[in-house]
Amino acid sequence: MTALTVRLRTYRPQRRYLPVLAALALLVGAYGFGAVRYPAFGSGQVVLDIFIDHAFLLVVAVGATFVILTGGIDLSVGSVAALSTMASADLLQHKGWPAYAVIPVVLALGALLGFLMGLVIHYFEIQPFIVTLAGMFLARGLCYTISTESISIDNPTYTAMAQTPITLGAGLHVSPSVVIALVVVAIAWYVLHFTRFGRTVYAVGGGERSALLMGLKVARTKVSVYTISGLCSALGGVLMAFYTLSADPLGAVGMELDAIAAVVIGGTILTGGSGYVLGTVLGVLVLGIIQTLITFDGTLSSWWTRIVIGVLLFVFIALQRLIARRAR
Amino acid sequence: MIRNLATDRGRGPAALTKHRLFWPAAALIALLLGNLIVSPRFFAVEIRDGHLYGNLIDILRNGSPLILIAVGMTLVIATRGIDLSVGAVVAVSGAVACVELGSTSILLAIGAALGLCLVLGAWNGWLVAGLKIQPIVATLILMVAGRGLAQLITGGQIVTVQNGPFLAIAGGYLLTLPLSFLIAMAVYALTSLVVRRSALGLLLESVGGNPEASRLSGLRSGRLIWLCYVFSALCAGVAGLIISSNVTGADGNNAGLWIELDAILAVVIGGTQLTGGRFSLGGTVIGALLIQTLTTTVYALGIPSQETLLFKAVVVTVVCLVQSPAFRAKLVKRRRRPESPAVAAQPEKVEVAS
Repeated sequence: MTALTVRLRTYRPQRRYLPVLAALALLVGAYGFGAVRYPAFGSGQVVLDIFIDHAFLLVVAVGATFVILTGGIDLSVGSVAALSTMASADLLQHKGWPAYAVIPVVLALGALLGFLMGLVIHYFEIQPFIVTLAGMFLARGLCYTISTESISIDNPTYTAMAQTPITLGAGLHVSPSVVIALVVVAIAWYVLHFTRFGRTVYAVGGGERSALLMGLKVARTKVSVYTISGLCSALGGVLMAFYTLSADPLGAVGMELDAIAAVVIGGTILTGGSGYVLGTVLGVLVLGIIQTLITFDGTLSSWWTRIVIGVLLFVFIALQRLIARRAR
Repeated sequence: MIRNLATDRGRGPAALTKHRLFWPAAALIALLLGNLIVSPRFFAVEIRDGHLYGNLIDILRNGSPLILIAVGMTLVIATRGIDLSVGAVVAVSGAVACVELGSTSILLAIGAALGLCLVLGAWNGWLVAGLKIQPIVATLILMVAGRGLAQLITGGQIVTVQNGPFLAIAGGYLLTLPLSFLIAMAVYALTSLVVRRSALGLLLESVGGNPEASRLSGLRSGRLIWLCYVFSALCAGVAGLIISSNVTGADGNNAGLWIELDAILAVVIGGTQLTGGRFSLGGTVIGALLIQTLTTTVYALGIPSQETLLFKAVVVTVVCLVQSPAFRAKLVKRRRRPESPAVAAQPEKVEVAS
């Protein structure tokens, strides 16, 4: 009996990591499957291409992780990212601003939108779902008021960011956006695990009232996470502009779903309080590798991506429920 | 309410503004009057080809899918839930109906479409009531996968239909009124009848108010919640038939895009709180008509249609702020605090003015 309890106790910390490990296993499995079926899949560049193609989603999903860790949700990320690409394209192409002035302005705009939504959510106690929904409408509407047509960007700084490869040797390369995205991940990881603010984010997600009674700065934390999410969405938008060298008012539609799916597959629990930013990276990679597999297959049509993501979402959410139930 | 006004005249106006449907109805009337001022012919309704024709009729006709979905959504929200998958269900229903119409009769096609919607609703309900997954997340799964499913059914094509009776669902008229509006009203009337003339509505409100307490007092909360999701998917399925009949085809990508947000908006405008408990089907219908009027206004006045989203953002924010108890409390506090200095300052102002 004692042996059993001891064994259970030694297993307990691992249970926390179970969803993350499941995502990792899925990723490795999908990669192995691809490598066996398609010889070209096994090259490291395929993995790096996933990073290149999903750098903006990674940044946006990191922002969404902060919000979801506090038990909130941010539906505005896709629209804010689109707004930030539209605003930067407009300022660069039509107003003639230099790139080093445009990027800070655009990032500040995203952070401001997130900040305002955070204020409304916390101080007026309206559900995050509905506030960020309004934010989503607002940002998308602003996109259209900037322009209803897509704008192409030919600013030298932006084209340089889009086209300069960073070679890693052995014929492998990544884009500057990937470096930026990984820096964002590193900062987020540091903030969440090694700062007081990070601990407060987890505490608020675990139980807002308890956090408040413990004397933690709940208001500041809640407003901050939405500001961070807005900032990350805006940065994701800038990376998207680097990636496509154009801005489309209808761009990034549905990105909020991809971001939430990546966060969930990465093992962050949607009620808040538990999850890892590195899990989110795995989640984005899983989404990316599914898309790559479907592209490699060639016979499967693109809509299978959505169905597979839906099925994965279900499996991982069910897994979360199972773990939560057993933990109780 | 009218009896109240008659017996208690002094408090009549206050009671009127406190009525749940007052603010949504007032907003709708204000918007319609605004239209009337800008274009005097806005209210003009004439008879053409044996049916009524005009902007108002257009609002009723184009608003009917939204009314249907919002009615289903109201019941879901009353149980503290939310159904994000309705847009995807709209797409699936249209896809099945249009594909089946190619080989079978219209009744079988509609039956297959609605049957699949019932299955999808049962799936949502099982996730929420059975597995106890948060409603936003549970229905998110179908929201993501549903459009893929719709495209799978249509083979990624836009399937067009020429079947006369099917096109009549959206384009037909009965007793000079659009058939689609009559369908929406029939569903609304039936739902209110069932919900308000039986104990069902009360049970729903109790489940929404406190699911655990309701369960302990002997209600089968789980089954009620499950039923709401099935009903919501069914409503979305009927709306999907109307939408695909209106555009004479099924488009897995764009059919019912964003309609879940409009439906939630309609429910919230109608005075049903997202926190569950009390709900108002009549308010929802008014809310849906308000949103449709907004869209029609934008077209009728020649405002660039992209401004609709900005409009909606402002409307959602204002409505939510007004509904938020915290916001009201803060507003009242701010108004009360400067009361004493304001009273003292008032005579001075009058002197200056005179």
